[in-house]
Amino acid sequence: MLAWTIYISFLGVLVLMLLPKGNASAARKVAMLSAVAGLFVAVAGFVQFKVGEIVTVAKLPWIPSLGIEYHLAADGVSLTLVLLTGLAAVGGILFSWNIEHRAKEFFAFYLALIGGVYGVFLSFDLFLLFVFYEIAIIPKYFLIAIWGSTRKEYGAMKLALYSFVGSAMVLVGLIAAYVVSGAHTFNVMELAKYPFPHDFQMWAFPLVFVGFAILAGMWPFHTWAPTGHVAAPTAASMLLAGVVMKLGAYGCLRVAMTLFPQGLENWSFGVVGFHSWRDVIAVFSVIGIVYGAVVALVQKDFKFVIGYSSVSHMGFVLLGLVTLNTIGLSGAVLLMFSHGIIAGLLFAVVGRMVYERTHTRELAVLEGMNLVKAMPFAAATFVIAGMASMGLPGFSGFVAELQVLIGAWKAFPTLAVISGVGIVIGVAYTLRAMQKAFFGEAEKPLTPALSPSDGERETASQDEHHHAMDAISVPERIGAVMLIGVSLLVGLYPRILLDVIVPSFDSPLFDWLRKGGGP
Amino acid sequence: MKLEALPWLVLFLPLLAAGIITLFTLRNKTVSATLSIGAIVTGFVLTLAVIKFGGWEARELSVNWLSIGGLNVDFGLKLDALSLMMLLIVTGVGSAIHIYSYGYMREDPGFSRFFACMSLFTFSMLGIVLSNNFLQMFIFWELVGVSSYLLIGFWFEKPSAADAAKKAFITNRLGDFGFMLGILTIFAIVGSLNFGTIQELLKVNPALFGASATLAGLLIFCGAMGKSAQFPLHVWLPDAMEGPTPVSALIHAATMVAAGVYMLCRAFFIFSPDALTAIAWIGGFTALLAALIAVQQNDIKRILAYSTLSQLGYMVMAVGLTGPTPAMFHLTTHAFFKALLFLGAGSVIHAMHHEQDIWKMGALRKKMPVTFWTFLVGTLALCGVPPFSGFYSKDAILAQALHAHNYPLFAVAVFVAVLTTFYMFRLFFVALVGEPRTKEAEHAHESPGVMIWPLRILALLSVIAGVMGINKIFDLYSSRVLPPFTYEIPVGEFSGAVKYVGRLLEPFQHAPVAAFGGLIAVVIGFLAAKVLYGKAKTDPLPAKLGALSRAMANRFYFDEIYEATVIRIHDTIAAISDWIDRWIVEGFCIGLVRGGTDLTGRALRLVQTGNLQTYAFLFVLGVAVVLWFVLGK
Repeated sequence: MLAWTIYISFLGVLVLMLLPKGNASAARKVAMLSAVAGLFVAVAGFVQFKVGEIVTVAKLPWIPSLGIEYHLAADGVSLTLVLLTGLAAVGGILFSWNIEHRAKEFFAFYLALIGGVYGVFLSFDLFLLFVFYEIAIIPKYFLIAIWGSTRKEYGAMKLALYSFVGSAMVLVGLIAAYVVSGAHTFNVMELAKYPFPHDFQMWAFPLVFVGFAILAGMWPFHTWAPTGHVAAPTAASMLLAGVVMKLGAYGCLRVAMTLFPQGLENWSFGVVGFHSWRDVIAVFSVIGIVYGAVVALVQKDFKFVIGYSSVSHMGFVLLGLVTLNTIGLSGAVLLMFSHGIIAGLLFAVVGRMVYERTHTRELAVLEGMNLVKAMPFAAATFVIAGMASMGLPGFSGFVAELQVLIGAWKAFPTLAVISGVGIVIGVAYTLRAMQKAFFGEAEKPLTPALSPSDGERETASQDEHHHAMDAISVPERIGAVMLIGVSLLVGLYPRILLDVIVPSFDSPLFDWLRKGGGP
Repeated sequence: MKLEALPWLVLFLPLLAAGIITLFTLRNKTVSATLSIGAIVTGFVLTLAVIKFGGWEARELSVNWLSIGGLNVDFGLKLDALSLMMLLIVTGVGSAIHIYSYGYMREDPGFSRFFACMSLFTFSMLGIVLSNNFLQMFIFWELVGVSSYLLIGFWFEKPSAADAAKKAFITNRLGDFGFMLGILTIFAIVGSLNFGTIQELLKVNPALFGASATLAGLLIFCGAMGKSAQFPLHVWLPDAMEGPTPVSALIHAATMVAAGVYMLCRAFFIFSPDALTAIAWIGGFTALLAALIAVQQNDIKRILAYSTLSQLGYMVMAVGLTGPTPAMFHLTTHAFFKALLFLGAGSVIHAMHHEQDIWKMGALRKKMPVTFWTFLVGTLALCGVPPFSGFYSKDAILAQALHAHNYPLFAVAVFVAVLTTFYMFRLFFVALVGEPRTKEAEHAHESPGVMIWPLRILALLSVIAGVMGINKIFDLYSSRVLPPFTYEIPVGEFSGAVKYVGRLLEPFQHAPVAAFGGLIAVVIGFLAAKVLYGKAKTDPLPAKLGALSRAMANRFYFDEIYEATVIRIHDTIAAISDWIDRWIVEGFCIGLVRGGTDLTGRALRLVQTGNLQTYAFLFVLGVAVVLWFVLGK
């Protein structure tokens, strides 16, 4: 049944293409219908899921001569991310309800992206996974290049290039695995059983891991993320941070670590204190955590703050992965979910609520507007989302980051301490942005009273813009409440997801975890 | 209803109130206030019921909250003498402050929001008190941080309030970071975070923590350093005065700052002797530092804030001197008289139209009699004049210092007592008696009943709390966490009417040196204040002390030092990182891709000669290679 998440999304694309041009209202309704149906299927699948199993959804031969199958399946990890995709998809549409410019195409690209993402999370055939992975990249480019803002062509191109370099690395690794195993299959469960030669794993692992990790925003390959987020339209940046970065992290876990676990083992030599790829990744992740947070602290553009905070949080996800213990790994998966929800909400506030009404993201300018008076709902939403983002208890991020910290504490005590610094700085940059954007001094309040005689030679039309700083719309309110609610629910009762995620690590796919406590 | 449900109700009622106010009743002031006040007063009554029917014995109620690969965390409530007594203090003093706020905040446009935040804060604080494990305590610990952020920054339009809120939050987070690491250390070693379990395991194997015992203890103490504002993380507390005065009373008297001391007592069994020594000295130093600063402050709330810091130093010092009972005893009496003093100060500020400079007040006895007399009671209690409550609790700390044979800290404590009396009577003489110094002072008027009744009740408690036997209740707890040989069996209890008389005089029999030391300190401090400030028009101290006075007035330049070092360094690193990201990391990646593409393009361009013969040649060459592969093998 879960396969319908994919089909419904692409069905939506089809219907959208058939719609007459210029009918934005119909387009957004179709998109909404499709996204809600997808979410419904995801929730139903989640409820029916038998904990600890790997459910096969579909298994048909596709290209028999190469052993490629159309093989969809789900375990707790993929299911959690499918659920996230459903939520993010609905959220993104709620926050782009006002799109009028080429709305039909916008939503078509949007749904194609969603369909691709669902596909990646559900594919258990690596070739299929790769195909969906590429399907997800292309709509991203158009979403940014056509509907984006600040330096959109640059951002879109940069994102596409980084993604393709990553995919190229992944593809080489996959083909090599296929050839070396000689098993004539791309089935991840079969390949996971195959004992690849140690030396082969040693170079294939970093190749595939880094290839995926580029999309997860791993330092120092993260620079596409802030630029891309800033250039993207609200819904796209919500998806970018919400699910696309998770594609990368998911690939790291499902492909690189599952196929080539020996790649994590110690080298026969040491280089400046590094003894394995695992050390390298852990250190890069922690650099990403602290560095992302520090850089976020001095950004002048509101959206860059959130962009860099995503880099910081994704550092935690990657760190959780290489802890190689159940607490850290399940923490990483939970953090993917949590960050997807919270980052989506933050981008929604910045991109939709603030930017589209004030037409600026400069913190220095926003500071003079005292937005808390003009848009109290946006301010309240950002305060709550900010609290959630800095990992306060009660929100999903807390449990997840705590798990990663405990996991890391067992594996890399020093790095765990350093990454904790990132959390402290996280508070500082969030509060700074919050205060500047919403609680600044009202030097020149943004009210209709602002007239050309104020000394600011504004044209009449711009003045009307200020008049038109409309109230936060109903779809925005629904979206904000939904995302906050989910984060709170998971934060207050984390077992709702953890009970599904944790037993997954007992499946045969993760046998390597138990072999002497990992490498 | 079953008795087990009551503690849960006590905990969750304020949260419910906060939720209902936020969602439904923001527009209706009276309903909001009633809900919030009702929740905490009910909590107080229910706590009394729990104690009445359940007694003081230790017991736990819990449900499983999280369990992944060896990490088992309960959401549980721990009821014992320590938490039940603390529960009474928080809900009791909290109730008085909530009721007072109804009068103080009536004109404020954010009235309902204020009560929602107050209820949220109460909920978080109760959560800390009732937690049965470190992680749950940490969760509520953070929630207290958040709700205090909301309350301190309540008037967020004022930049100073917004900055103070941010400062409080970040400083606390810094301490919490250490706390978190401490919790992780404990979890890594013990594998459990439940207080009871850890204590049992320690009893079986006292060397459980091995070499990391002191480290773990000090990391845990970091948390208390943040919340209880101990040096060097003390800078947030005086700034937190930017919040409305009832908030200052709530944060500074019964709750937030008390949380640190409470946590130290709750986790007392994990501290190694070395860790305790460090804690004692940090506490003593904070007490001295803050008392010195308080001497030269002119803002009535800031004087009280530094006095809070100083008294917290006392409590932390008492814990370090292996005396959880004196620490909690002083915490209790301090909660009463400091809440009283803050609310009294609020009443004065209210009457003076938000003037906080003591040099602009004066002669308030006739105009505000209730405020005046209750403030005097609070002052006497804080200074430690017998038979007011502060005398007994302070005496317990002094006696503990002697008992632990730590004479330097005993001397520090006595000296701080002198300073305390001095700065409190300086405040008293300048702000409340003498001549009216401004027009506002001449036209001051008494506050409404809803504000002065809490003052009367707190004043009563400040008088009698010393002899009510509160310390005996804390002894029930201390006897369970202290190793038997260091624990002194309490002096035999009297009975009947003699009981209270006996308790009145107990300090003089039990530890006469401490009792008389405290008394002499009060007399010296009072005389010095009387001589210098009895008739003073302006402050005579700056002329006498010169640079020292300036340093005291400027809080020993801690904010400036932090500004110049920590914050500056931090900003520089951030700017450099940003530059690196923009030009090096990005430049490198982009440069590589662009350069690579460019180079390949240039190389391939050479092949595109446009010369037909070359193309034909390459074509044939290609065919030859293919043929060689196909046929040659």
